[in-house]
Amino acid sequence: MTENSDRTVKIKVEDLTLIFGKRKKEALAMLEKGASKEEILKKTKCTVGINKASFEVYEGEVFVVMGLSGSGKSTLIRCLNRLNEPTAGKVFFKDHDITREGNKELMKTRRYEMSMVFQKFGLLPHKTILENAAFGLELRGEPREEREKKARQALETVGLKGYEEQLPAAMSGGMQQRVGLARALANDSEVLLMDEAFSALDPLIKSDMQDELLQIQEKLQKTIVFITHDLDEAIKLGDRIVIMKDGVIEQIGTAEEILTNPASEYVEAFTEKVDRKTIITAETLMFRKPTLLQLKKDGPMQAIRKMRTISVDVLPVEDEKRVFMGYVWLKDVLKLVDRKETSLQSVIRSEVPSVYRHYTVEEMLPLTSNHNYPLAVVDEESKRLLGIVTQTSLIIEATRYEREEIKELIEKANDI
Amino acid sequence: MERVINLGKYIEQGINALEENFSFLWRAIDEGISWTVDNLNGLLQGIPFVLFLLLITFLAYYAKTGSKLFKKEGLKMGAGLASFVVIGFLLIYLMGYWKDAIHTTTLVLVATFISLLLGIPLGILSARNKTADMIIRPILDFMQTMPAFVYLIPAIFFFSVGNTPGIIATVIFSLPPAVRLTSLGIKNVPSDVVEAGHAFGATENQILYKIQLPLAMPTILTGVNQVILLSLSMVVIASMVGARGLGSIVYQGIQQNDIAKGFESGLGIVILAIILDRITQSFANKK
Repeated sequence: MTENSDRTVKIKVEDLTLIFGKRKKEALAMLEKGASKEEILKKTKCTVGINKASFEVYEGEVFVVMGLSGSGKSTLIRCLNRLNEPTAGKVFFKDHDITREGNKELMKTRRYEMSMVFQKFGLLPHKTILENAAFGLELRGEPREEREKKARQALETVGLKGYEEQLPAAMSGGMQQRVGLARALANDSEVLLMDEAFSALDPLIKSDMQDELLQIQEKLQKTIVFITHDLDEAIKLGDRIVIMKDGVIEQIGTAEEILTNPASEYVEAFTEKVDRKTIITAETLMFRKPTLLQLKKDGPMQAIRKMRTISVDVLPVEDEKRVFMGYVWLKDVLKLVDRKETSLQSVIRSEVPSVYRHYTVEEMLPLTSNHNYPLAVVDEESKRLLGIVTQTSLIIEATRYEREEIKELIEKANDI
Repeated sequence: MERVINLGKYIEQGINALEENFSFLWRAIDEGISWTVDNLNGLLQGIPFVLFLLLITFLAYYAKTGSKLFKKEGLKMGAGLASFVVIGFLLIYLMGYWKDAIHTTTLVLVATFISLLLGIPLGILSARNKTADMIIRPILDFMQTMPAFVYLIPAIFFFSVGNTPGIIATVIFSLPPAVRLTSLGIKNVPSDVVEAGHAFGATENQILYKIQLPLAMPTILTGVNQVILLSLSMVVIASMVGARGLGSIVYQGIQQNDIAKGFESGLGIVILAIILDRITQSFANKK
């Protein structure tokens, strides 16, 4: 999170609390004193929907809120445009506090600043696709010609050109949700709120829609708050993910941060079933600042000494500009010593696979077949060596076996 | 047993007081309704039978076929009702009850109009406001279960004999379905569509006119259909307080023990009922 601190904050939520029930004040006071959800329910018959949630959504990111049903995620997104009225806390959009807006301002915010896409689509069955896509514009009073022009454009963006005159009932769920998306896009607001937008769709169509959303997002760079109960979806779409449980935010971070460093057992349990190979990157896995040789400074004798100290038989080499060149092997260096040569230049093997820091385990694994030296992780611009990824760590990551378990497995295999 | 509570007496006193203190109001209502009935009746009676027949036949045909009015498949959909209208109207005409049938139609139209004018706004109110709903509901139950004859007594009291008390009693009898079905239609609009409206910044009026009413329309039209049929079923009872039309002929038939008269005029009411029902129902089912 800290590395993103230079980005513009679009939505800022501070200590957002929402209590369902009649005796809200009492319940809120109890919550302030640290009472548990159960105690509050017992005493006041109030349910705590959201318990002091705070987060920031940056401009242009897809911010995914993930949780199981009843975790408060749908309630949370509805607090952002006040379809649900927060009991306490603040929601800043840019710099004004949405929770303090009067009716007129709130209506303006909903009409111009935030558009929403719903799980059940929420289309009007008596209106055509075009009229549905133009509905947000109709509500804010734009003349017919203009709103239909914008709606046509939005429908084209979501791939529904040619369906303008159909009625929603004639379309599949996936297509109906495209209309829902087009309606939100036609409003051209900066923020999209998507509440389980793809959860009602078949798996294949769901995956299509996710791809499509990512494509659209690449073009339009909206700020998207996306609600889902599906971690795979969260990882696929989310620049950052919030995990919610019982109205409390358990963790906020990138998919990789959450997988590699789960904040609680609950989060960890969630992440167990995820295919880590496609998420964990070279940056997480590499050994930073590995021992290396500098072509100008280090000769064969120095190379042998360095290899001996850390007991390896291969080391990376860089030139005077600190650009990664390749590896040298102990057996080659020994030959150089025999021949009394002083430079390592002739034995550097340069056709070695190198990767950038965003390469995933899945992408790196095939590179390690046919040889047994570590992958070099280099910087995309400076070509400097950032670290190395060993085969063992790749295997550990791919199989989720511990180092000891792998040793055991190898021993067993040797006995066969 | 001796009567301890004399509730009827209080009601009577209350009605007396109402009659005395608001006589200008009752007179205004009476004059308004009488004027409307007389003029509408005069207008409808002025239409030649053949033209009327053609108009209603076309309306029936259109109600059944809609956009396929001039297409071949339309013939299959609309021919049945259209021919029923022709045969039914001819029968009424040839039996000699055409004038009375028109008069009955006038009474039904005016009563229906008043019922909808009051019923639909009340239905909207009860759908959107819980308190209003809690007040309106029991009143509707009361109106529907109280025997319809009972309304005739104060109706005569306020408006003396004639069309007006008949129409007032008819309105009281036929109002509840207009309220109930409007309310039901609005309450049954899927909440996700209403929520979508709110999320896109709709005002309360926009929610009502652009979302709730259009989506509730089929149910509201069913209510209209019910109002018409209930009004029609009241014409005989209304004739007891001097409303004219087919109902009064039935009433004469009863009084004179005239089977032929009673049956013919009764059949006339049935024919009108079927035609009005089928036409309004087709409009209700269209959307």
